[in-house]
Amino acid sequence: MSDSRSSGRGTLLLALPVALLLLWLVLYPNLFVLRDSFVEGGRLTLDHWRRFWASGTEVGALWASVWISVLSVVLSAAVGVPLAFLFSRYDFPGRRILGGLAAMPVLLPPLVGTISFLFLYGESGFLTRGVQVALGLAEPPWRLTGPWAILLVHAYTMYVYFYLFTAAGLSRLDASYAEASAALGAGRWTTLRRVTLPLLAPALGGAGLLVFMTSMASFSAPYVFGGGFRVLTTQLYASKLNGEEGLVAVEATVLALASLLFLVLLQRYEGGRQYTGASKGSGAGSRKRGGRGALLLSLLAFLGVGFLLLPHATVLLVSFVPEGTWTTEILPPVYSVEGYRALFTEPERLVPVLNSLRMATLATVANVAFAFAAGYLLARRRFPGRRMVDALVVLPWALPGTVLAIALASTFSVNEPLAGRFVLVGTFAILPLAYFVRNVPLVTRAALTSFRQLDPSLEEAAASLGAGRATALRRVVLPLVLPGLAAGALLAWVTALGEFVSSILLYTHRTRPISVEMLAQLRAFDFGGAAAYGVLLIALVALAFVFGWRRVNEEPPGG
Amino acid sequence: MLRLADLGRRFGDVVAVDGVSLEVAAGEFLTLLGPSGCGKTTTLRMIAGFETPTSGRIVLDGRDVTPIPPQGRGVGMVFQNYALFTHMDVAENVAFGLQAQGAPRAEIPARVERALERVELGGYGKRRVQELSGGQQQRVALARAMAPEPRLLLLDEPLSNLDAALRERTRSELRALLKELGITAVFVTHDQEEAFALSDRIAVLDRGRLQQVGTPEALYARPANPFVAGFLGRASFLAGRVESRREETAVCLFPGGERWEARVAAGAELKAGAAVRVMARPESLRMRRAASGGGRGGRELEGVVTERRFAGAATFYRVRTGRAEVTVQGGGGDAGEGEAVYFRPHDDALPIAFPAEAE
Repeated sequence: MSDSRSSGRGTLLLALPVALLLLWLVLYPNLFVLRDSFVEGGRLTLDHWRRFWASGTEVGALWASVWISVLSVVLSAAVGVPLAFLFSRYDFPGRRILGGLAAMPVLLPPLVGTISFLFLYGESGFLTRGVQVALGLAEPPWRLTGPWAILLVHAYTMYVYFYLFTAAGLSRLDASYAEASAALGAGRWTTLRRVTLPLLAPALGGAGLLVFMTSMASFSAPYVFGGGFRVLTTQLYASKLNGEEGLVAVEATVLALASLLFLVLLQRYEGGRQYTGASKGSGAGSRKRGGRGALLLSLLAFLGVGFLLLPHATVLLVSFVPEGTWTTEILPPVYSVEGYRALFTEPERLVPVLNSLRMATLATVANVAFAFAAGYLLARRRFPGRRMVDALVVLPWALPGTVLAIALASTFSVNEPLAGRFVLVGTFAILPLAYFVRNVPLVTRAALTSFRQLDPSLEEAAASLGAGRATALRRVVLPLVLPGLAAGALLAWVTALGEFVSSILLYTHRTRPISVEMLAQLRAFDFGGAAAYGVLLIALVALAFVFGWRRVNEEPPGG
Repeated sequence: MLRLADLGRRFGDVVAVDGVSLEVAAGEFLTLLGPSGCGKTTTLRMIAGFETPTSGRIVLDGRDVTPIPPQGRGVGMVFQNYALFTHMDVAENVAFGLQAQGAPRAEIPARVERALERVELGGYGKRRVQELSGGQQQRVALARAMAPEPRLLLLDEPLSNLDAALRERTRSELRALLKELGITAVFVTHDQEEAFALSDRIAVLDRGRLQQVGTPEALYARPANPFVAGFLGRASFLAGRVESRREETAVCLFPGGERWEARVAAGAELKAGAAVRVMARPESLRMRRAASGGGRGGRELEGVVTERRFAGAATFYRVRTGRAEVTVQGGGGDAGEGEAVYFRPHDDALPIAFPAEAE
């Protein structure tokens, strides 16, 4: 039974604004960046590209991005895969809780994670000072700066992809494969090498591509820890501060192309992901129960997870440290709720919170409206340009926040209403706009998933009972789609609340969001104040995670 | 009441429904029957308004409703998966159509309760849909579709999700209810037994084309073509030639020299000398063991039992004869597998002769 939902007039009436909005806000700005990379003073030129390739700093930053990303994949895999095996293949006390906690780094907004590392392993961090005192050193034993610092943060925040993908892969893996292999006389290692890992390859490949993309786009860690070491995103930020518009355009284009390449690879990979077992045997059946080993495993897992939770604990601890009271001690000597009190009473501190709340809410409302229309169209209707809408909806997910910000900045800094360009840079509107564009993929995916799960015969039933389109939408479709859409909106909202990468390129003092203010306080050595913002964000993300994540994540990214 | 005029629907190059013309009288229960992919569901969905025909017209009570959207047709539908609104309780589901219709608010609760009582679900209004069994859900779907008193009720395999015993009971209840209320209904199924049990008339579809319309008895006894013969009940075919033709009957000659008299299928030419396929139902054939003696009669074909299947009330034999296999019901004495037998039509039964090239 094929569908006849061809493009009626109503469909086109809905599809047109959706397509136009995507073209205007997603495709068009990026074309400006591409154009800017070939234009100087109004004429076409290859100068910017020549300068890019001739400059050791520029090419160096590109290669730095690439090798940092490659190593991030390796390190994330080294942490995430064994953890996944530990939690899905062995049984020990506390397995469930610890297994859940192992995904906690997901709950750290990018900048908060980076800052927590500063408090922990930075020059004056807890661990650094602890080691220094314990060994009686005159100098800190290490400096958290340069590529190794970036890699540490990346491994910590990105192993979650490997952990979750591998765990999902293992749970779907039919235990009978391993049993068959064992019955054929293969040892444990042979089974792992010849059976389990090859079957996991698609999951591992998917995770690897995701980590690579995320790492290429990563800004917070290179920005805070890079020092003199530049990757492409931080180099772009520096060029932007220097007013090198042409070079910025080239850098953004290179970043965008690299990300698009990996998006294509990832979608290929996911297209070929058919690795579920042929029978219904359960993967969980193979979970080994260690006797005395169980306690050891439990201890190991506990320590590992404890280590992974240290950053959260650190941010929480530091948030209770009043400004200027912590200088050379290993642990802060004074604790108070001053930071939190200030957050809600001092107007200067409250402004960023209110800004973020307003801008995130505005963006999310727009996201929901757009996602409802786009999700409905993509799931239910056929119309000309459907493939384009499908592709553009995913695009902002693949493009680094830095690139999106540059694209919006160059498009909306000129007043040419006929060309669809307005001066938004420097106004209140530009940040909500950036948040909206960045969250289009997330919320649309949530809406699309809900629409796909909605049986089309429900709408037909409503129609055959005499309900018009509007009534059917209001009384049948909306109530059933709402939970999924709300979950997606919640996630988008907290993402926008903590957004840093685009914000730092687009904010003005008046519109500064939480993340930018957090960084400013860090610069002013008010660690407690910065951490208080961090705790606020973590709490909000955790809340949204509990409500929303499961629903939205029923479909892989890019689907 | 309902008239389909040369109704057609194509999806790209695929013709799903090809020029179907059909009439349904008021109060009649008509079944669209055919194998999957025959176009029966597409036809039903066009009547409901969910699919737009690429040709032809749908006339309801004398009004051409072809361009009218589903909500304007006053046609009720029971879906295969019931399509109940899971975010509403049973009463809200049933009330939905009445509210959409703009029925006076005060009337609705009573009408909902009456609709539920009709399907023996009185007092179930406050239940959640998910709490109900499959059979109860099916009845809620029926009550919901009938509550707005549609001119026509469409049913898309509504019994296919019930287990066998429940299906049989629901079947007779459904027919009794529709007949009592005098509702005109079009029902879609691929199950011929269900079609026989429920229908006033059956329309058989195959590959998008209407093959034959008639009462169950007429279709079984006088199928218009081999497809209808084979789809409704069990049919065996034997190849031969027409020796002579006399009005509605023909004498058919088989390669072994046997002669059967057969009724010529409606509209078939079948002059003397034409190749013919003779169709016989298992219960119209009688069989005896070759070993029982008394040589082969002029009407008797010889064969070998390849399979013997006991089915409670009767025993079925598969008998290989030449290149054909026929099924014979009962009467084989205790012929075992591999045993030679003779078979022929009962004296009072006429097999049916189809032109051999017709498919």
